[in-house]
Amino acid sequence: MADELTRMSAAGLAAAMAGGEVSALEVTDAHLARIGEVDEAVHAFLHVAVDGARRAARAVDERRAAGEPLGPLAGVPLALKDLFTTTDMPTTCGSAILNGWRPPYDATITRRLRGAGVVILGKTNMDEFAMGSSTENSAFGPSHNPWDLTRVPGGSSGGSSAAVAAFEAPLAIGTDTGGSIRQPAAVCGVVGVKPTYGGSSRYGVVAFASSLDTPGPLARTVLDAALLHETMSGHDPCDSTSVDAPVPPVVAAARQADVSGLTIGVVPELGGEGYQPGVLARFGEAVELLESLGAKVIEVSCPHFSYALPAYYLIAPSECSSNLARFDGMRYGLRAGDDGTRSAEEVMALTREQGFGAEVKRRIMLGTYALSSGYYDAYYGKAQQVRTLIIRDFEAAFEQVDVLVSPSTPTTAFPIGERVDDPLAMYVADLCTIPSDLAGNVALSVPCGLAAEDGLPVGLQIMAPVLADDRVYRVGAAVEAALDSRRGHPLLDEAKGLG
Amino acid sequence: MPIAREDVAHLARLSRLALADGELDHLAAQLDVIISAVARVQEVAAEGIPPTSHAVPLVNVFRDDVEWPCLGAEKALDQAPAVEQQRFRVPRILDED
Amino acid sequence: MAGQGGRADALVPFDEALTRYEPVIGLETHVELGTVTKMFCGCPARFGGEPNSLVCPICLGLPGSLPVANRAAIEYTIRIGLALNCAIADWCRFARKNYFYPDMPKNFQISQYDEPLCTNGWLDISVEDPAADGGARQVRVGIERVHLEEDTGKSLHVGGATGRIHGADYSLVDYNRAGIPLVEIVTKPVEGTGALAPAVAHTYLTELRDLMRALAVSDVRMEEGSLRCDVNASLSPRGSGVWGTRSETKNVNSLRSAERAVRYEIERQAAVLDAGMPVALETRHFHEDSGVTTAGRSKEEAQDYRYFPEPDLVPVAPSREWVEQIRAALPELPSARRARLEAEWGLSDRDFAAIHNAGAVDLVARTVEAGASPADARKWWLNELVRRANESGTDLADLPITPADVARVAALVASGELNDKLARQVMGGVLAGEGTPDEVVAARGLAIVRDEGALLAAVDEAIAADPEVAQKVRDGKLAAAGALVGAVMKATRGQADAARARQLILARLGQS
Repeated sequence: MADELTRMSAAGLAAAMAGGEVSALEVTDAHLARIGEVDEAVHAFLHVAVDGARRAARAVDERRAAGEPLGPLAGVPLALKDLFTTTDMPTTCGSAILNGWRPPYDATITRRLRGAGVVILGKTNMDEFAMGSSTENSAFGPSHNPWDLTRVPGGSSGGSSAAVAAFEAPLAIGTDTGGSIRQPAAVCGVVGVKPTYGGSSRYGVVAFASSLDTPGPLARTVLDAALLHETMSGHDPCDSTSVDAPVPPVVAAARQADVSGLTIGVVPELGGEGYQPGVLARFGEAVELLESLGAKVIEVSCPHFSYALPAYYLIAPSECSSNLARFDGMRYGLRAGDDGTRSAEEVMALTREQGFGAEVKRRIMLGTYALSSGYYDAYYGKAQQVRTLIIRDFEAAFEQVDVLVSPSTPTTAFPIGERVDDPLAMYVADLCTIPSDLAGNVALSVPCGLAAEDGLPVGLQIMAPVLADDRVYRVGAAVEAALDSRRGHPLLDEAKGLG
Repeated sequence: MPIAREDVAHLARLSRLALADGELDHLAAQLDVIISAVARVQEVAAEGIPPTSHAVPLVNVFRDDVEWPCLGAEKALDQAPAVEQQRFRVPRILDED
Repeated sequence: MAGQGGRADALVPFDEALTRYEPVIGLETHVELGTVTKMFCGCPARFGGEPNSLVCPICLGLPGSLPVANRAAIEYTIRIGLALNCAIADWCRFARKNYFYPDMPKNFQISQYDEPLCTNGWLDISVEDPAADGGARQVRVGIERVHLEEDTGKSLHVGGATGRIHGADYSLVDYNRAGIPLVEIVTKPVEGTGALAPAVAHTYLTELRDLMRALAVSDVRMEEGSLRCDVNASLSPRGSGVWGTRSETKNVNSLRSAERAVRYEIERQAAVLDAGMPVALETRHFHEDSGVTTAGRSKEEAQDYRYFPEPDLVPVAPSREWVEQIRAALPELPSARRARLEAEWGLSDRDFAAIHNAGAVDLVARTVEAGASPADARKWWLNELVRRANESGTDLADLPITPADVARVAALVASGELNDKLARQVMGGVLAGEGTPDEVVAARGLAIVRDEGALLAAVDEAIAADPEVAQKVRDGKLAAAGALVGAVMKATRGQADAARARQLILARLGQS
């Protein structure tokens, strides 16, 4: 029974609980058991809140028994990326520098989840401060891809994607700054969505690159992702960049699942050399599938997309060099080297040296460089201009098409250790996802098959204009339905990494 | 143009990172490669193109001038590495501002 | 002795320095706004309070926290900009100023960089100048910019001799002040003021402070830190048209200090230039006790703050309607008020300037409101009370006598119950804490004697005591009566109505 419960979708679980077939506590216990079974191998979680989760589940059962109205995800378990503040669990951000810090306040999204009766099972592993594409930059060791434990689950939200792919939770939340939801979702064979920037609150989300960071849902189905998207999103007065508009009707769109009459654009700049042949093959088939489902497909060039990666690797490090300055050992977290003789400046430098990993240090220095007097115009300033051009490329493209598509990432999951010493090779994983982070528009990754070479998952990326989040769910659900029907079973049934 | 080791050492100082010599050399080499790669943005003709600091344009988001509850000194200080007289105790500061 | 650093600076006497050099000064002032809450969070923006009790995740800069701008702070800043005749930006952004310092929880300060909310204004001030027409020189101080930022926390330095950073063993930080809205007002360089430069600094700051109070945007108390000032000064060799390198002097904690700091810098920089050396671009520290400035951080190693637009805040684009609403609600500005009062009181520029220079405009105005004539009010405040204030070393406004008291004394003189001499004694009594003017008059029995009988008796006594003088009067030398009047005044301890006494004397001696 427990096994069956962990195989169910969030929508299915919610229905079963609403129908009285199973209690929230049983659902939570089944998932806690699954975590106990597989997480030693997967290492998706940094913290499992056994007591807290069971308490939350019981509370949902009590409210249901009392006849209280409950939200659509009440009692459904969820894995939360360890970048979100939680008062009852540590928040490490995948870093040694926080050293057991327990936030005195909950992130807005944390509060909304609790208010909706969602059961937070624990905090998931991530690349340190969300910088990376593999979770190998975590101070606590990488997570492992349930499809092949010797491979990365993607990053930075790799713990979240692995947890969902390993059936440890039906839902997870991550953040996407350069692709950190979509790329791990793609390489783990699950659904991941980066909502419109500002669509979900950043209050309580430890900042990496403020103008890019976007919290979003991960799940095994497009509908589940839509349900979570609706629960977690919406205007927050505590976040000045939060969009003050109703959440787009993503659940309805996911149920609609139909592409007839839509025009779909293929972006030539997001493909070609450097892309794994198996990835391109599955992508090509997905495009043909869309045509067969009634969409019109054309090619739309977005010429400045080739400059998205360098622009991103100037803007994001610049903002992060400033956002991470607060970690200095003075007020919380790690303090190193304070032997009574050293100055504050020395203690700050020793603390940060010891507490930050290599990738974080690289990006801090890169950002400091890009913002320096004398370099600002040529680097940071120029990158912000390229950003404008990318936004204009999108705007022009969306005048011709309803959505744009591309592979979510150039390759399938790479082996742990393969790219960790080659920063540029690692950065290339974000090639397809970065443009939407820079422009702020919505983008979704849905599994579209396995690559022939290695039998590993490939993701299809669907992009739509700012605030048109429903559109990507509509198209994504249509692709998912068609592929599932063709396949006859869920894609994840084929994941053999966990035996 | 390659970035010199002293420049990287300077960046480390500015960023308050006490890098060991070996680490500095390693990072300097990597930074050099990365900077060359990101410098590609300079190839883009961007005369008269305004920079974008906020992708989704919003303006005038304000808060009313109304008090809300504070954390309380206990909660503010309870995870501080060092506390004295209800204040954060920090090592001696070198540079007067 | 701590604080003096190195050997004492060589100085050229002020007047001599001005024969060779033209001073150019600039002032950067920080005003803590009197909003209810902080700039980016809802913590109270209060002075005092238990350490670290007025903080929240936002002003502590905790990971994940985000700022939201206080609308009232924006409004107050626009109010200040309008009062300073500035242009208000159509669209501007906040920027991050990045540097590491323990009193800044995020190790960056949210401020404004190349897009200040207000630009390009001026403040007209009237600087006391005996050589000028009307006793004052009108100086227009250009305002470069007015922008908004957040204040930092405060540190106590423990272990050193003076409580300053040098020699301290460690520091204790309180973040109550962190996040309070701060407005920075930067002047354009002020040139052509010559020997008046120190006074210009003093007057500008006084005017600015009064303006902030009139606008009700800040309580501007320098001793509490809600008004802070840095003074820039440079010298240009006379006639060269070439501007010199400037120094920036911090720790200027009072209006007087600003004046003294300018003066000192002129004398010091003149000596440096006379010796053929270049003036260093540096930050200096002003010492209250000695009136000298000492070198601090050299500006050559000036910090690179790596400013970039604050991504957590969206641009501020005040609509022109909102700006006009704020403009329409501006109170009467001090300069306009002064012009109105000068006209209402029918005074010359010089006479009004004398009141303004003595810091007595408000006092005189309230005395007039309490019923005195402008002439009387002015006379009492500028003559008697200024003297008293100087004697006791206090400010005029701090004297323990109210405008209502002064008006009452003036009224008693006007009605003949007191003469000037008695009135001064009554004022003395009020200042000594003996009570209201009427209470002092009663207690000391200072009223002019009205009793004709007593007066006649004193007159007869005076005539009897000096038969020679009395005879002169009888013989027609009326001027001689003065001595007899004096005798009567002496006998009545000054409380006789001198004019009436004279009449009675002349009558008695057959001359009326």
